[in-house]
Amino acid sequence: MSVLELANISKHFGAIQAVNDVSFSLEAGEVVGLMGDNGAGKSTLVKMIAGNFRPSHGTMHLEGKEIVMHKPAEARQHGIEIVHQDLALCNNLTAAANVYLGRELRRGIGPFRILDYAAMYKRAGQLFAELKSETRPRDLVKQMSGGQRQAVAIARTMLSQAKIVLMDEPTAAISVRQVAEVLNLIRHLRDQGIAVVLISHRMPDVFDVADRVIVMRRGRKVADKKIASSSPEEVTGLITGAIEQVA
Amino acid sequence: MAVTLDQTIAQKQHTFLSRLFANQTFWVVIAVILACLFLSFATDSFATSKNIYNITRNVTFVAIVALGMTFVIITGGIDLSVGSVLCLCSMVLAVTMHAGYSIEIGILATIITALAIGAFNGVLIAYIGFPPFVVTLGMLSVARSLAMVASNNTVVFQFGPDHQKLLALGGGAWVFGIANPVLYMIILALITGFTLRWTKFGRHIFAIGGNEHAATLTGVPVKQIKVAVYMISALSAGLAGIIQTGWLGAVTTNLGTGMELQVIAATVIGGANLAGGVGTALGAIVGAALIEVIRNSLGLLGINAFWQGTFIGGAIILAVLFDRIRNFRRSD
Repeated sequence: MSVLELANISKHFGAIQAVNDVSFSLEAGEVVGLMGDNGAGKSTLVKMIAGNFRPSHGTMHLEGKEIVMHKPAEARQHGIEIVHQDLALCNNLTAAANVYLGRELRRGIGPFRILDYAAMYKRAGQLFAELKSETRPRDLVKQMSGGQRQAVAIARTMLSQAKIVLMDEPTAAISVRQVAEVLNLIRHLRDQGIAVVLISHRMPDVFDVADRVIVMRRGRKVADKKIASSSPEEVTGLITGAIEQVA
Repeated sequence: MAVTLDQTIAQKQHTFLSRLFANQTFWVVIAVILACLFLSFATDSFATSKNIYNITRNVTFVAIVALGMTFVIITGGIDLSVGSVLCLCSMVLAVTMHAGYSIEIGILATIITALAIGAFNGVLIAYIGFPPFVVTLGMLSVARSLAMVASNNTVVFQFGPDHQKLLALGGGAWVFGIANPVLYMIILALITGFTLRWTKFGRHIFAIGGNEHAATLTGVPVKQIKVAVYMISALSAGLAGIIQTGWLGAVTTNLGTGMELQVIAATVIGGANLAGGVGTALGAIVGAALIEVIRNSLGLLGINAFWQGTFIGGAIILAVLFDRIRNFRRSD
């Protein structure tokens, strides 16, 4: 059974049809590259999965059950996590504080509960070790490299038992060496049985790490095939429209 | 032997001392101590118990409001209305008690007034998206005008049946001869410090100041928290108003004029960053203390009072200058 199944999803903003009748499914432990030119509808599609937008038409099934989400917090409750393009980090806080932002651990009784710094440092440290990242939980995010910042944002998705992680352009603004680091983080999530959707403009990254590629053009899905049976040339053709559509 | 990843991670990057020296609040504390030592030797009148009593008491009103302002400034906001709100709250208390109501009812009315003003500011800023500067600038004008309306612009100095209770509340010294306002300040500072460091609410305030968008995306209730901080700021002004009324024994409609600037100066000297994300309770207190020590010393040293503004302004710029220099070094 698929983790997530989208059926005939459409979204329009007034007269603009951003996403048009898109269906696809995600399997556990699979990395899917979502590609397309600017304005192809990738972000809108992802925002619907993340609970930011509600689809105008179509249904979503999570592990066989239909879900309707009104806000991002609900997606999170369903086990859908997102790593935002700008990472959504607070520079003035420590790595651990950022990992736990919005779901801080507390200890104490009843209304008298205080932040549990020790537990948060410890768990964040474990997550960074698991990700094999050279990140210290007590360091301020302000002082971190691009790769470390990615690790903090990704560690966030590992706090709860995520089923699906959506990554919006995680390799867009970082150095070549750090790109390799981030791709390893993605493989790590996949090995844990998490379905990863990688939105990217970078062909090499998608062909390096993804199992499957979905190409969008003008709001429609124009391709959905195994990486092994495709090629960067074909995908480029699909993105630009030189190739109309493949099965 | 090669250094492993774990060793590198385990290595502490900052020692206690290096963190202390990088802390603006620490240097302001040093400045206050040095100034006090110098003045004790240079003048006969500084280290007298009467003068110390005066200084500590004068610090408190600015310091209490600065504690509330610290919340607002950490979120990256500003509250210019505190001086006027202090005046309005004092006037509400004075008028209510003058009309024959008990001190409890007077204080209740004052606190409700303060919270209502804070909520008004906060809702306009958080939900309608007004810039904090504009909303609170408007409130600065509105609150003082309402204080004039409430009192018909007269001085109120008779507080009805509970007159003595009110004077004792603000002017007394119930514990070890420490002026009551100082006790209130210490209690409020402890509550503020605790809230900022140990509660989820405090953590979220810092998150909003650091990156409001990120806070929203991660599910922090940004709008509610912003309303809350403006309510806290107004409440601190209201409490300072109650205490100051008891201490002065009279309320005029020019009470707290220009106080917002002193309060903001105190928080900034104490290390808060107007861009948001940085600030402490201790900083607000020592910032207020430094301003008061400067004012007090100029008088004792026989320097013309007209120089006061220059020295206080110099202290603000100097305090922030240290911060800039540190950041330059870091970015190099």
